[in-house]
Order: sequence, then structure tokens, then C-alpha cells
Amino acid sequence: MKFRSVFDIIGPVMIGPSSSHTAGAARIGRVARNLFNREPKWAHISFYGSFAQTYKGHGTDVAIVGGLLDFDTFDERIKESLEIARKKKMKITFREEEAVPEHPNTAKITVGDDDGELELVGISIGGGKIEIIELNGFKLRLSGHNPAILVVHDDRFGAIANVSNILAKHQINIGQMEVSRKEKGKMALMTIEVDHNLEDLVIDEIAALPNITQVARIVD
Amino acid sequence: MFRNVAELVELAESKQKKISTLMIEQEMEVTGKSRDQIIDQMGVNLDVMEQAVEKGLQGVRSVSGLTGGDAVLLQNYIKSGNALSGELLLDAVSKAVATNEVNAAMGTICATPTAGSAGVVPGTLFALQNKLKPNREQKIEFLFTAGAFGFVVANNASISGAAGGCQAEVGSASGMAAAAIVELAGGTPAQSAEAMAITLKNMLGLVCDPVAGLVEVPCVKRNAMGAANAMVAADMALAGITSRIPCDEVIDAMYKIGQTMPSALRETAQGGLAATPTGRELEAKIFGLPLNKK
Repeated sequence: MKFRSVFDIIGPVMIGPSSSHTAGAARIGRVARNLFNREPKWAHISFYGSFAQTYKGHGTDVAIVGGLLDFDTFDERIKESLEIARKKKMKITFREEEAVPEHPNTAKITVGDDDGELELVGISIGGGKIEIIELNGFKLRLSGHNPAILVVHDDRFGAIANVSNILAKHQINIGQMEVSRKEKGKMALMTIEVDHNLEDLVIDEIAALPNITQVARIVD
Repeated sequence: MFRNVAELVELAESKQKKISTLMIEQEMEVTGKSRDQIIDQMGVNLDVMEQAVEKGLQGVRSVSGLTGGDAVLLQNYIKSGNALSGELLLDAVSKAVATNEVNAAMGTICATPTAGSAGVVPGTLFALQNKLKPNREQKIEFLFTAGAFGFVVANNASISGAAGGCQAEVGSASGMAAAAIVELAGGTPAQSAEAMAITLKNMLGLVCDPVAGLVEVPCVKRNAMGAANAMVAADMALAGITSRIPCDEVIDAMYKIGQTMPSALRETAQGGLAATPTGRELEAKIFGLPLNKK
């Protein structure tokens, strides 16, 4: 089941006008911000499908930048996010892509600063609900049916065991887990689908583990 | 856990529980939260809805200038005493319009199930206030019942205009509202399902063709008619009328229609009303040039 909570249906509380093109976009931007772990200096945002056709009317551009500024869907500052980003000297570029995406509401965000870059692809599947389908070129093969977190970590022994120990301590069952890396000993990823929504406390505990760079919810 | 409307109705009947109760219980199971936490969370959504209606009834205007002020016109018309289709019905319509006018003006709303269709459920709920006199708890239950039916649609079909057209958004919202009205009015779970089926049948095929890609034209007026549709369908179900096609099959039909709907009619602003001469003209006026000629 893609939608698990009644609050996916009655909710979110948000700034209009579109749950998929405004609230969903803000959420995709905010995941990028959380995974990058700091305010980026620049962002390239590519819109595909319906996002490319209608982003101006729906405030998708404003919302996604709002997300990059760490604003929630109901944060009134979303309306002024482009202005706020300009004041912070955050360089933003938008592109309307012609390529036909698998899902009609797709956005690719690349963010960066002097210390690094991060690229993700997110889709907005309706009612404000989103899924992250790609991170730094890694395809995230999620069923989308269960809550999922993404853990970026250094490719070291024990990292995976430590994460699963924390989940076990909180009695959270792992439904599906995938680990991948680009190169031995470098950056690696865990995508973990679990049976219950994760409280902030659990996420914080995982983030505090050694060798863990970032943790983010990618499906709630 | 219920997966479809048939299971939901059967659970409600066998356990002698309201649909709203089943939705709350399922939410407790899925999230591990307490009943009070879940009810409080829905209470916040209810408050946002009420504030949006109040704001819209005072009169708002969108940035583009395409929408705003119609909720006020309707309220004034109701007060004139000349309303032909019934004051309660028009009250629901005006409150649905109020919500969507606030949404179009980038105000704060609660998506039900989406922002573009956010007017229908609160519009009908607050219109029934005088007649059925629900207390706060019952208003919150109304939202859980609406949510239960929306939950089934979202998981078995779609609630996204880009994926399934307006039938998936305003169509779903209207069906959800109709089912919740029936429960609030004292109808049975089976009658809620009938009301949902009757409503959605009349929304099948509705395309998503927003002028200039804005959630304004025709979205605001589709919420108006969605609210009216929900009220009438609820009355029909409460009168004992049933749908020849079961609710789950109507939902499935909606899904399949959405899949075969051309992309021009799924929130791309390329077909339907968006592509009319006036639609294109408005688009050019708002953005300087038509989106399809950039």
C-alpha cells in the first residue's frame, strides 16, 4: 500500500495551491536539504513532465526552493522563498526538461557548495506524498509501500550492523534492505524499508553512529 | 487492515463499529500512536479547514486575478432568500469555493485529499453544522470517515490529477464527502459506500485541464459542483437508493479511465479548457506568453 496513513489523505496542512506541485515539491526540496545536511550555496533544479509544463502556475519553483531553505509545507515563508534565497546569495537555476519521465511529476535537484555536491531525483505521487527514486546516481529500488529511510555512510565494517541494532532495539522490523556502494571503502548507501513509521528519536540515534554521514526519511 | 470498500463495510457491520472508528484504529496500528494523539492531529486539520472557510468568506483574490470573491457572492445571494436549489446546498457550495479561493491565493489549507480538491470535504461539513449540529468530536469523525474512503481510492486507484485527471481529485473528494455526510446523518456504513459509488460514477472521466496550469480555473468551480454532487448523492443513499455497480468497481473503473486518459488532459495545461482560445489568452496575459510556445 502506497498510502499508509489517514493523514496522507486528510493532510498535509499546506500553503496552496497544489498538494503534488507545491507541498510535494517543498518536501522533495527539503529531503535534498536534509541529505545535504547544510544550506547549499547553489542548486540546479530540473522539472520533467507535468512539473515542467505547469511549475510556474503551481508555485513548484517557489516550493522546492522553500524546501531547500528547510521550510515545511505550511511555512508561510515559502511564498517568498526565491527572494529569501537571493538574499542568502543562494544561486538557483531552473530547467524545463523535454524527456518523458516514468512518473509525470518528477524533479531532479543538484545542490552543492565548496565542500561537495548532491543530486537526487524525486517524484510527487499525489496528495503531497513523495518518493525519492535516485540519489547521486544510485537508483533506489523501493517498493514505496512501506516507510523507508536512506542512510549514507562510509563503507566500513560494522556500519550496517550498528544501524540494524538500533532498529532492533526499538523493535522495528526491517521489511527490505539494500546496500550499495560506488567504490570499496568510499561512500555507501543503505535503503531500509521498515514496517512502522520511524520516530525522530530513532533517526537521531542512527545519525549519531560512527561512519554515518546522513540519514533521511525517503518514504513516510 | 482494510484494502477496499467491501472489506471496510464488512468490518464495520461485523464489529458494529463506525467507519471513522475503524480508520482511527487502523491509524493507531500503523503509526503506533495513541488514540488521543491521532484525534488531536485531526483536530489541527479541522481548525485549519475552518479558518480557511472563514477567510474565503471574507473575500480573497488570487495573485493571477483569475479567482476570488465568488464565495462572498454566493453568501449574499443566499441571504437574499431567492436561492432556488436550497440554502444548505448552496452554503456547502460557497464554503467549498471559499476554501479553494484561499488555496488559489496561496493561503493555508488542508489537502483533502489534494489541495486542488480541498474545498469539497470542509464545504459540506461546515454547511451541515446548523442542520445536524455536530460537536467537535463528530466533526473530527467526519474527517476520519472521509479519510477512510480516500485511503481506499489512493491505494487502489489514484488521487493525483497528473496521474488520473480531475476525477481522481475532485471525484475522490466528492465521494469521500458523500460517505462522511451519510455517517454524520446517521446512515449505515453500506449507505456510505453507496453514496461514494453514486458520487464517483458522476465524476468519471472528468479531466484535469487547468488554465495556465493554475489551480484556479476550472478547479474552484469543480469543487463547488463536487460539494453539490456529494450532498445530493448522500441524500440519494439515505433515501435507500443503491448503485448497481459496487463502489470498489467504480473506483477501479476510475483508475482505468485515468490510465487511458491522454497526457494533455492530466494536469499539463495542454488540452481541454486550458487549450481554449480564452484559456490561452488568459495564460498569455498572466505569463507574458503561452506556456506551450516557450
